[in-house]
Amino acid sequence: MARYIARRVLWGVALLVIVSAVVFVLFYVFPSADPAKLRAGRTANPQLIEQIREQLHLDDPIYVQFWDYMKGVFLHFDFGRSFTSQADVRTIILDRLPATALLVAGSVVIWLMIGLPVGIISAVMRRSLLDRSTMIITLAFISAPVFWLGLVALYLFAQDVGLIHIFPGIGSYLSADTFLAKCESMLLPWMVLAAATAAIYARYLRSSMIDTMSEDYIRTARAKGLPERDVVLRHGVRSAITPIVTLLGLDVGLLLAGNAILTETVFNIPGVGQQIVLSIRRSDLPMIQGIVLFGAFFIIIFNLIVDILYAYLDPRVRYQ
Amino acid sequence: MSLLEVRDLQVHFETDDGVVKAVDGISFDVERGETLGIVGESGCGKSVANMTILGLTRSPVTRISGRILFEGGDLAQASSDELRTVRGNDIAMIFQDPLTSLHPFYKVGRQLVEAILTHQEISKKAARKRAVELLGLVGIPDGERRIDEYPHEFSGGMRQRVMMAMALVNDPKILIADEPTTALDVTIQAQILALVERLQEQFGMAVILITHDLGVIAESADNVAVMYAGRIVERGTLDQIFYDPQHPYTWGLLGSLARPDRPRVKRLSQIQGQPPSLLAPPEGCHFRPRCPHEFAKCPQVPGLEVRGGEPGHADRCWLSPEQKRTLRVIEAGRIGLEVPAA
Amino acid sequence: MKEAATQAAQAPGTVGADGALVEVRDLVKHFPIKTGIIFDHEVGRVRAVDGVSFDVAEGETLGLVGESGCGKSTLCRTILQLLEPTSGSVHFDGSEIVGLRGRKLQPLRREMQMIFQDPYASLNPRKRVGQIVGDPLKLHGLASGPELKRQVHELLERVGLGAEHYNRFPHEFSGGQRQRIGIARALALRPKLIIADEPVSALDVSIQAQIINLLDDLQDDFKLTYIFVAHDLGVIRHVSDRIAVMYLGKIVEIGPAEEVYSNPIHPYTLSLLASLPIPDPKENRAREPMVLEGDVPSPANPPAACRFHTRCPYATEICSEVEPQLVHHGHGHWAACHHPLNREHPEAVSAALPRV
Repeated sequence: MARYIARRVLWGVALLVIVSAVVFVLFYVFPSADPAKLRAGRTANPQLIEQIREQLHLDDPIYVQFWDYMKGVFLHFDFGRSFTSQADVRTIILDRLPATALLVAGSVVIWLMIGLPVGIISAVMRRSLLDRSTMIITLAFISAPVFWLGLVALYLFAQDVGLIHIFPGIGSYLSADTFLAKCESMLLPWMVLAAATAAIYARYLRSSMIDTMSEDYIRTARAKGLPERDVVLRHGVRSAITPIVTLLGLDVGLLLAGNAILTETVFNIPGVGQQIVLSIRRSDLPMIQGIVLFGAFFIIIFNLIVDILYAYLDPRVRYQ
Repeated sequence: MSLLEVRDLQVHFETDDGVVKAVDGISFDVERGETLGIVGESGCGKSVANMTILGLTRSPVTRISGRILFEGGDLAQASSDELRTVRGNDIAMIFQDPLTSLHPFYKVGRQLVEAILTHQEISKKAARKRAVELLGLVGIPDGERRIDEYPHEFSGGMRQRVMMAMALVNDPKILIADEPTTALDVTIQAQILALVERLQEQFGMAVILITHDLGVIAESADNVAVMYAGRIVERGTLDQIFYDPQHPYTWGLLGSLARPDRPRVKRLSQIQGQPPSLLAPPEGCHFRPRCPHEFAKCPQVPGLEVRGGEPGHADRCWLSPEQKRTLRVIEAGRIGLEVPAA
Repeated sequence: MKEAATQAAQAPGTVGADGALVEVRDLVKHFPIKTGIIFDHEVGRVRAVDGVSFDVAEGETLGLVGESGCGKSTLCRTILQLLEPTSGSVHFDGSEIVGLRGRKLQPLRREMQMIFQDPYASLNPRKRVGQIVGDPLKLHGLASGPELKRQVHELLERVGLGAEHYNRFPHEFSGGQRQRIGIARALALRPKLIIADEPVSALDVSIQAQIINLLDDLQDDFKLTYIFVAHDLGVIRHVSDRIAVMYLGKIVEIGPAEEVYSNPIHPYTLSLLASLPIPDPKENRAREPMVLEGDVPSPANPPAACRFHTRCPYATEICSEVEPQLVHHGHGHWAACHHPLNREHPEAVSAALPRV
């Protein structure tokens, strides 16, 4: 087991180094425009651009730039400065992270609480009316684009603009001061982000359960005289849930990396996803690059956690 | 009164293609302490019939009729709760593939203890102690340590011993063993069969041994029921079935074996054709299309009756006992049967 | 006469200076066990085939018997060069085939074919039967178009299927029929050697007889040489001219089928025969049981010297120190044992064996 974990951790670190190098190549060697010009912005003139070039060491040989860059990232956690705001990239990302983290946390809770039971019950009561209707409903939620869902949700339920005034609307996060108020403002975004994911997890668990429940050890459990509830939960779900764990790790990693762009934009949540949109519009290279690196870090970390969890859940994996 | 009486058991499955008559009216008894061997090929219904004893085939598409009389009650009519008190307790079942029949994520000890605590109100500690005891009984050394291992850490033979331990924890009256040695090597098979025999004596339980291997039957069974396409086609004691078989299918089975205890033959005698589809079995005797002795009466369903042999030796073949003796004598050269003393 | 006898005694199972279609010498196939954190290093080897030598004469059937882990399946694949041998040599029809690659290996494939155990897994479910049987002919450029179809029809009929099965998919057939399709496919190229790896183990008893009889007929018609692998000793004895018994990667006994059956020399062979349940209750009761203790050791960690000594009821000190070599015991019957049963324990043999 220890060897398994050690191997995964080392690979994770190696991956981070490789990702950083690739990011460097993308942003420094193939930029879409001259970084100095972008940095100079509107008030560009040849002298200013020249000045910036020196400042950013853009004329240094590539390997020097590369080495400086890697040193900066790994030793000082320095991701440079934003072209638009002059502020520290790292600081900006860390400021925006809490909002994204809150969005992700709440969504995860909701989509697990809804998706998992629905998946299990649909599998156990296969082909029943309940099963068939949930399959159709889940299909609807998977197909609906998240921004459409968000807008519809706001239209129907937002306190300020909606038909039925239940939940706080757009921008309510920014005006919320207490943690509780912040959570309240997240209710609609949580449900919207959770909707499609819950549907996916429900379907996935359903098919995983259907496979698991036809396994021989389920027959043995019944033959032992176990109550059906124990058979389903302790023997069936216990096996069927392992691929879900992998999925969950990937999803959380991706979302923290900024994958909730659409939700954050629709609901005007000042998170990492929204920052990506802003940075791309303004060609703010250091910002984009910083977010990509942060994102890679989260994805790798969560993959690592999931791998370790998997070995804990499935003892056969530990002996490979 | 027999320990278990099965009467006219029918198990039909409704599928999109029609009704599959997996078990089409079988009756047999199991006595205390005896081993009943049920032999037949794949699709004959032997597994379905025995799983139905424990109610494991119940589902929205299953239609079960007939009676399964055990300890004064009819298991075919029993509620799920009543069945659950019987499963793993009075009647236990072990299956063919011990690797897939144990949960891969739980330690062996945990699965054993679960089997104990489902039916006995004792402490976890006491249950664990009993589990270790049983591992020793089934011949797994070092039980204290191995009880905390996972199924994949055991070899095939050892896993089957674990399955047996699990089946025996609550002192069942009947052990149903569904092809317990088919997935095992022949030397391990011998160990497991010897173990079953020893445990049977020790626990005083009846065993229903389901297999397609006539050698295993000859080794372990007291009484035998031969199944074909959902029906019992012949039933009798071990010696009756092997030395005085009455049904052409039984002759075919015995004849098609490559026997190490007979001189080599040039060609194995074979049964033509294939087992019938259970969706639309042949009218009358199910063996008709493959039987070399089919005649005018065969389209009528032959009942399972004693037709002139010893009491208790019943078969489903319209041929008269004399005809059977003649035809079998012809086949004796081919299938190596001793000509019975007339 | 003496010279011929010495020559015959040179290699186990040798059939003489000429006439051997397949000559296997010291064939070894090990699978490395690798582990490590960043870089894998070898920590052990699974010694699946650990030095096997034998001949197969043209037109004969060599039965290969042994339990799981003995290496018989690996041996078959290594002979066919589906797996690359770790060392050793295989001569087919006079020439060395170990080390051949790519284009040079291609013509060999026409001469050696394999039938697999699992009729449900060895046929591509997405291809039609006609395609499955015809593909080998197409691949080797032997036929195409209507001629191809004609040959496939002929093959299907020869194995007892109808020409109308040409367009069907494997799942529409029973296990026995699928095995026939596999046989037709193996025959398509008119090979000289067919290795049948447990061809009937997954089939019902009444179908087994059909397939065995079919293979027998085909051997005469197509002039085939068989290496027949099975764990069912009754079947092996019926089909084989000679039998080789394998244990943990080595051949422990080899000889004419009847000889090996009625006069087993190696205790493992005896245990296989003694554990075999016979479909005759009186015989079973009369036999002396010989139940081996324990499990088969892992081929990654075989016991020292004689691999069978940990389970052998006749083992002594020498068995754990010196590895026994295959020794000729007369009549082409070889065995590797320090305590051959025919010399030291003949009464055990007669007590445990089924009386024929």
